[in-house]
This record gives sequence, C-alpha cells and structure tokens, in this order.
Amino acid sequence: MKVAVLRFPGTNCEFDTQYAFEKLGHTTELVWHEEVTLPEGIDLVVVPGGFSYGDYLRSGSIARFSPIMQAVKIYASQGGKVLGICNGFQILTEAGLLPGALKRNNNLHFISKYQNLCVVNNDNAFLNKCDKGEVLNIPIAHADGNYYIDEAGFKKLEENGQILLRYCDEKGNPVVVNGSVSSIAGICNEAKNVFGLMPHPERALESTLGSEDGIKMLKGFES
Amino acid sequence: MKAIVNVFLKEGVLDPQGKAVHHALASLGFNDTKDVRVGKQIVLELTTTDMAKAEAEVKEMCETLLANTVIEDYSIEIA
Repeated sequence: MKVAVLRFPGTNCEFDTQYAFEKLGHTTELVWHEEVTLPEGIDLVVVPGGFSYGDYLRSGSIARFSPIMQAVKIYASQGGKVLGICNGFQILTEAGLLPGALKRNNNLHFISKYQNLCVVNNDNAFLNKCDKGEVLNIPIAHADGNYYIDEAGFKKLEENGQILLRYCDEKGNPVVVNGSVSSIAGICNEAKNVFGLMPHPERALESTLGSEDGIKMLKGFES
Repeated sequence: MKAIVNVFLKEGVLDPQGKAVHHALASLGFNDTKDVRVGKQIVLELTTTDMAKAEAEVKEMCETLLANTVIEDYSIEIA
C-alpha cells in the first residue's frame, strides 16, 4: 500500500504517521501543502494531527484552502480513501468532506490521555479488522474535539452507519469526555471513503508504550 | 471603509467558554447575569468605498472562511 501523508505548517504528527504505516510494511510519502497534485498510485491519503496554521480562527479553517486540499477533494470525490486524524479530522469537517464540526472541549481543557473507544460500525474500509462493540484503548490529545452535528445530521449518521467510534469506559458504555454529541469520537462520510477521528491510532503501536490497538485500525485499510 | 464582523456560536449550540465565564462571574458575586456568550470580532479595513460591494464581499468572506456556519452565526457592520 502507498500512503500519502499531508504536511501543513504546524502539522506535527506526520512522522509518527509515516512510522506507523511503514511499521506495517507500507510505503509512505510526505506531501507539502503547496503541492497541487497527489503522488501517483496512492491507496490512501492521511491528513495527520497537529496545529495547522496555529489553529488560528478555528482549528483546520485555514488549512482547508491549501492547494493540496483541492486535490484531496477531487481524490475523495472519485472514491479515494482519506483518513483525518485529530487536526486532520478538523480539517476534513472544515473542508466539508465530513459532516458536522469540532468545537472547544466542554471543560475548555486540552485533554491528553489514553481513552477507551467503542467500535460502533465496522462495515467500512477503516474498522473492518475490528469487531462491532470491541473496546480499543487509544490516546487522545486535543482541545477542540467536541463533535457537534444538528439533530437531522445526527439521524443521518446513525441510519447510514457513519458513526465509527464512541468514547466509552472499559466495558463499552459511552462516557462524556469532551462534550461530543452522543460521545462521538470518529465518523465517516456517506460514501464511506472519508474517515475522521480525534484519537491517535498512530500513537498506539507498541504494547510497551501502553497500547497496540492502533495497529488493527490502520491495518483495516489493507483490504 | 471598515467592516466589523461578529461571530458567535449559534443559539442552541452550547458555548463552553460563555458557560465558564458565566460561572466565574457568579463566583465573583455578579449574580444578575442570566447567560454569557463568548464570540469573536474581526475588524476589516476595506479598500472599496462602495457600500453594496463591501457588504456583498464581506458576506462572502464570512460564508467562506470567517464563520463556520455549521455551528456559528455572524453579523456584519459596515462603517
């Protein structure tokens, strides 16, 4: 698999993301935001975490106008797979590639810790290696992860199986972490080729460092 | 010509910053506050002198970048 990892001014998870996919045996290529095209023959675009443009105005609001994002929009519209992690999720919602928006956490804190997540739907290219209802332990690190969507939008997400992950306790019961609607931690678009989540699977690859649950998430894209 | 854009979270969208400020005011003894909303103000210095053109342009700026209309409302004042 060939993975393009985007890089904006202020991105800081690009090397972790590269390391993760290379550890799984894939090739990766960093793509600077000023590029107007994506590399040839890629199987996945990852918009990694960080603080693109210093989170000025709103997280992700400026990055989405980068030249490379126009190419990503075209790629996604043709069915290409796109994964946004943390700031990448924020960028994808700002770009309109994913529904809803990410607001400041309800407690106004930057939350950085390991967090249990419940797999809500696995009939998609991202979570197909995980079981429905499975609890994964993956780090979160964000200030603006409070997912908001209006009622009509939420209904659509539920009906189409677009809710991917919820924050939960070790038994899988949803918990309030940052104020997200329905404890949502990750979603996908209607066509199920664009994915966004606040947690960082690329930081959960080694059991000695706390968790390796990120591996089966990222491996999902192999099939 | 100057344009002043105010951006606020929509009614019904919980404003965590407003809530925190409200709470802080109450703990300082300011008990007459019913609700607090925190927004942002963006002041634009425009080169045009055409009022209608300015208004249309700033509206487009709001829709494209200055506000996220999924969660935010905006108002424009041109002076």
